[in-house]
Amino acid sequence: MGSLGGQAAIAGIGATEFSKASGRSELQLSVEAIQHALADAGLSASDVDGLTTFTMDTSSEIAVARELGLPELRFFSRINFGGGAACATVQQAAMAVATGVADVVVAYRGFNERSESRFGQFSVAAATQVNTNGLDNAWSYPFGLGTPAATVAMQARRYMHEYGATSADFGAVAVADRRHAATNPNAFFYEKPITIEDHQSSRMIVDPLHLLDCCQESDGAQAIVVVSAERARDLRQKPAVISAAAQGSGADQFVMTSYYRDDIGIPEMGVVGRELWRQSGLSPDDMPMAILYDHFTPYVLMQLEELGFCGRGEAPGFIADGGIEVGGRLPLNTHGGQLGEAYIHGMNGIAEGVRQIRGTSVNPVEAAASSHVLVTAGTGVPTSGLILSA
Amino acid sequence: MSLTRPMVNRDSQFFWDGTAVGELRIQSCNACASLRFPPGPTCPDCGAFDRGHVVASGRGTVFSYVVHRHPPVPGKELPIVLVLVELEEGLRMLGELVDVPDDEIADVEVGMAVQVDFNRIDDDLTLPIWRRA
Repeated sequence: MGSLGGQAAIAGIGATEFSKASGRSELQLSVEAIQHALADAGLSASDVDGLTTFTMDTSSEIAVARELGLPELRFFSRINFGGGAACATVQQAAMAVATGVADVVVAYRGFNERSESRFGQFSVAAATQVNTNGLDNAWSYPFGLGTPAATVAMQARRYMHEYGATSADFGAVAVADRRHAATNPNAFFYEKPITIEDHQSSRMIVDPLHLLDCCQESDGAQAIVVVSAERARDLRQKPAVISAAAQGSGADQFVMTSYYRDDIGIPEMGVVGRELWRQSGLSPDDMPMAILYDHFTPYVLMQLEELGFCGRGEAPGFIADGGIEVGGRLPLNTHGGQLGEAYIHGMNGIAEGVRQIRGTSVNPVEAAASSHVLVTAGTGVPTSGLILSA
Repeated sequence: MSLTRPMVNRDSQFFWDGTAVGELRIQSCNACASLRFPPGPTCPDCGAFDRGHVVASGRGTVFSYVVHRHPPVPGKELPIVLVLVELEEGLRMLGELVDVPDDEIADVEVGMAVQVDFNRIDDDLTLPIWRRA
């Protein structure tokens, strides 16, 4: 069997504005983002023969196809588990083009996640869905644990207890994200950096998480166009070659509440990391930067450990002293992340990885444009990751 | 808004039947005696579908905890303390730690001993809750 690595590339990216009230339907947002992404790639809607998105997305592949006027679809798929799907949609697209199942696959995600259904609220719907996820949630929601922040806080508290991490360590992630967002005109928090004192004095949401540990709720959409690496070389943009694309789920895995296994943490990201290194033949030392999913700051620290950038419990030291800011040892989330730019369920992070490979990021990491960017998807859930290469 | 009720099916009914009579029931495998929480139709250790249950002692320690302050939680007056309890039997279970006045929340800590109690909501639902031991 051949390897997936290197066979497909991201040829186009497109997004709507990121806001708190888009004023359009979720379907329209996704279609706008796809049109922008196709224009970016130099392709037209009639070239598209595959669509992939999240199971959580409210706009089906066929609804999107109708709006785009696509003649027909040869490939369509969806990935489960919230933000964990982000990089996996690109994996779906890469596998489809690598095997010839489709030629041009667009991954998309669009929602009014601030002005309509807010993910930060207690989700009764999640606890009443008639499937095994609903049954799983019987062991948390009825007791009162039912917001994403609360589920992450439970992990964060244990991490603090085991490794001596502090709230200020988590705050370093927020400070880095907001520093990067401050110079990104597309970020909601453009020109609004924060200090660690701002983080520490922000109100408690679910102790130990402060408000500034939590990502935004955003309206917007992001689309990613995937074609074969060979075809990408003939299109408008410098290709972001997909050197690796992986999914991962761990032992005794749950959605946000994997509290019953010996190592509660996020071993599913370890599964993703090992597969990314295996497919690409690369290692953490080869990464000049990364985009790590940041719905809540503690999981950024835990990802650094699971991906092998540092040892277990060593992330507080790794990120200290600007280590994850531009100019540091491993700049993260140069678009401002989901705390600073927008929360588009991880898809906007993939776009930033592509901009770094192209050399068009507003916060460029010079080495990335001639090497690699690691991108991860949602944490606390079955998840996914990518290595993009110049 | 009222409390969020648990989804219950034939694999988990025994647990809620237990809380209704003041028992914290843990699934056990009749073939290999392995304990399991949360429950499910199979024994992941031996593959058997032959399941029973044991009644837990109701004693445990706090493995982790949070203080939920925002946003609103249906059926709850905030803040609430939520604990991940490590049971004496070696399994973990979530629940609310009740009767913690605001000025004693800071005293909650990992390793603290807790004891189960039961909060009868109505004829169809009794929730396990936790108190400081």
